[in-house]
Amino acid sequence: MLTLSHFLVLAAVLFGISVIGLFLNRKNLIILLMAIELMLLAVNTNFIAFSHFLQDLNGQVFVFFILAVAAAESAIGLAILVVLFRNLSTIHVDDLDRMKG
Amino acid sequence: MNPYVLDLITASPEVLVLAMGCLILILDLFVKDPSHTSTFVLTMLTLVGAAILTLFTSTGEVVYAFNGLYVDDLMGDLLKLVLYLTAIVTLFYARPYILQRPDLRRGEFYVLMLFATLGMMVMISANHLLTIYLGIELLSLSVYALVAMNRDSVASTEAAMKYFVLGALASGLLLYGMSMIYGATGTLSIPEISDALVANASNPTILIFGLVFIVSGLAFKLGVVPFHMWVPDVYQGAPTAITMLIGGAPKLAAFAITMRLLVSGLLLLAPDWQGMLLILAVLSLAIGNLAAIPQTNIKRMLAYSTISHMGFVLLGIVVGVVGGDARFALNAYSSSMFYVVSYVMMSVAAFGVIILLSRAGFEADRIDDFKGLNKRSPWFAAVMMMIMFSMAGVPFFIGFFAKFSILQAVVASGQIGLAIYAVLMSLIGAFYYLRIVKVMYFDEPIDESPIVAPMDMRVLLSINGLAIALFGLFPQTIMSLCAFSLLRSL
Repeated sequence: MLTLSHFLVLAAVLFGISVIGLFLNRKNLIILLMAIELMLLAVNTNFIAFSHFLQDLNGQVFVFFILAVAAAESAIGLAILVVLFRNLSTIHVDDLDRMKG
Repeated sequence: MNPYVLDLITASPEVLVLAMGCLILILDLFVKDPSHTSTFVLTMLTLVGAAILTLFTSTGEVVYAFNGLYVDDLMGDLLKLVLYLTAIVTLFYARPYILQRPDLRRGEFYVLMLFATLGMMVMISANHLLTIYLGIELLSLSVYALVAMNRDSVASTEAAMKYFVLGALASGLLLYGMSMIYGATGTLSIPEISDALVANASNPTILIFGLVFIVSGLAFKLGVVPFHMWVPDVYQGAPTAITMLIGGAPKLAAFAITMRLLVSGLLLLAPDWQGMLLILAVLSLAIGNLAAIPQTNIKRMLAYSTISHMGFVLLGIVVGVVGGDARFALNAYSSSMFYVVSYVMMSVAAFGVIILLSRAGFEADRIDDFKGLNKRSPWFAAVMMMIMFSMAGVPFFIGFFAKFSILQAVVASGQIGLAIYAVLMSLIGAFYYLRIVKVMYFDEPIDESPIVAPMDMRVLLSINGLAIALFGLFPQTIMSLCAFSLLRSL
């Protein structure tokens, strides 16, 4: 039988993977965007698990909003990525070092 | 009357800004004029209309709308009025800047400004975790696009990418915290969360876990240490007109959601979040002031100065409730609110002076560009001096009273050591503000060209600078407004 804790652990693992992906990834900016999506999906898992076990629909409504906003967010993220690639001709994370101090 | 109509009336400023934002977006397609004057005028009228509606619908009571998703109270009304004023002043300062730069000279600039303002209005009036999230995202997504608007500039696009990634991480942290709070209390509405805590009907482990993530998310949005990495890069990389937007008004909204989430919602957890905010505030005061000293770029220097100012704002929120004693809470929170309002006033003016000195192909963002400003324009050197004195906390400017009231609240809570630390850090901070004054008055100018700026901007900037001095003589006016609005809202 699956309990609430199973879902919470799954969400925490997904969240952890995405945070590690954001901080340890030194290669490709696309991977950063993937990590951000994964982070939002971890949150969604959390909301749906709570919503189901609390017998309360509010959490599931919240998930719809997160999904919609995540779509808008990746659209802007990819647009910025395209502009950046046109300027730098690279999408390596390490190359984003114009400003220091 | 139909309750839905009443809801719409309560939220009419937001409705107006949203409707006008969409309308201006379409109308702008038919504008042939390359300077987009009609778009600019319509945007201004929208903001003025929103201000009138906010004044007109303000009842002085706490009014809930849309099933408790939205709240209209005096704190929100006051912050919104300051927000409109900031947005109007920001647009006036930004106008000559974007007119000189073809990449920025587009109608989208005004529309995105309006949507960012709408996002901040929603944040200020949010009474539900969902509304807070939507407000934050509306603000952030508009600002990401604005930062990247200068498409051919490597620095701007790089800043936009960094801002986007770290902003999305912050939203993720905040959401994760919200999901935990939802799981622990079974509700998303802020007053109901507070009720659930009072009824002790929540799981304390999950609650504290959620609180940690919420505080980290808020810290990212406020830009305090150790979540400040994005602030200097974004301030430096973004076009100055956009930096002025990022550095000013969003701090009002971030203050509002901090108050709503932590003070209205999670007040019973105050001993926990006060400890976390205290660490953030102490680190911000140290790193913000120390890291600003070696900077050669004035936008980057102002970024670190923002970090230290936000540390001060947090100090006020930290000392609100001491050991369950809320006697000094109102004083402490209204000092924080006063600090945010005066910070926004000074920050917008400082970026206004940078824009005043800049022209096409010249950003005036190095400290060296301020050398000998007194010889080129004694009046604007004096205005910049007033801004720098006020930020440093020299007596009888508004910034002094902002710092003074926070310190008073800290001392009232019995944490004398903390107050001494804050004074020492602002003394260190005074060094880099006074360096700007020294450079302006005692160094020889490198660049002798006359200042090109339209008359309306010069007049407005002068009024802005004089207001900093004038409200420094009468700080009680703003201070009592803040205290009164908080008294009627909390």
